[in-house]
Amino acid sequence: MSISFDKALGISEQALKFRAQRAEVLANNIANADTPNFKARDLDFSTVLKEQSAKTSGSGFEIERTNDRHIDADTMAVADPALMYRISTQPSLDQNTVDSQIEQSNYAQNSVDFQASFTLLNSKFKGLISALRGD
Amino acid sequence: MSLASVFNIAGTGMSAQTTRLNTVASNIANAETVSSSIDKTYRARHPVFATMLQNAQGGDSGSLFSDSDSAGAGVQVSGVVEDQSNLEARYEPSSPSANKDGYVYYPNVNVVEEMADMISASRSFQTNADIMNTAKTMMQKVLTLGQ
Repeated sequence: MSISFDKALGISEQALKFRAQRAEVLANNIANADTPNFKARDLDFSTVLKEQSAKTSGSGFEIERTNDRHIDADTMAVADPALMYRISTQPSLDQNTVDSQIEQSNYAQNSVDFQASFTLLNSKFKGLISALRGD
Repeated sequence: MSLASVFNIAGTGMSAQTTRLNTVASNIANAETVSSSIDKTYRARHPVFATMLQNAQGGDSGSLFSDSDSAGAGVQVSGVVEDQSNLEARYEPSSPSANKDGYVYYPNVNVVEEMADMISASRSFQTNADIMNTAKTMMQKVLTLGQ
């Protein structure tokens, strides 16, 4: 009998990875808060989740076929839909769309979400450890 | 690991803001530096910020996403430009720097603008430092995994 970490940990590991990645994107937005023409970006959790679960289930990208004569295109690659541009609430003279307050609050929220994902992952490890010890 | 690149990104932000603070300091220090000719007069300096792209740095860090769509790698100062707006000529014949017509040239530094720039730069610096601190907390949390 072997323990598969992927099966034991589930999506928690990917979630943690996503939070770290999002921290990077948001940090980049904040670092470029004064760069002319910079467009703020963000990751959408549900899109990434859908993409990741599609990857793990092995179905990949599929187009909807509403007619028998449609050609299916399941080998078509997805052009990464997750990283999107933020729609700015206020215009700025230098075409920069970073709103420092929004980015900072998103970063703080992301950091808390990271801790939550981490706690979940940690509890899974703790469960594995107590199962191995058996006491 | 992408949390480590948060440090790099926030670091580039802090270094860019430091350059900006440096130019502000230089501009304010030289705000009253008079000169007898247009060519020799100090001109206000401003840094030009540009986005740094990850591909330019090379190397992909096991991203969840495709190579072409990376988060970016922070900000860089692509150069410092001199303000080409007109200098102020004042009639000060008593000044030792006055030219033969009695005029001296003052730099085109707008002190009010520079002060606003300074506050903006210092706030941005603080924000980047906070980002770094939060990333540090997140990393330290990861180190306690399994404990």
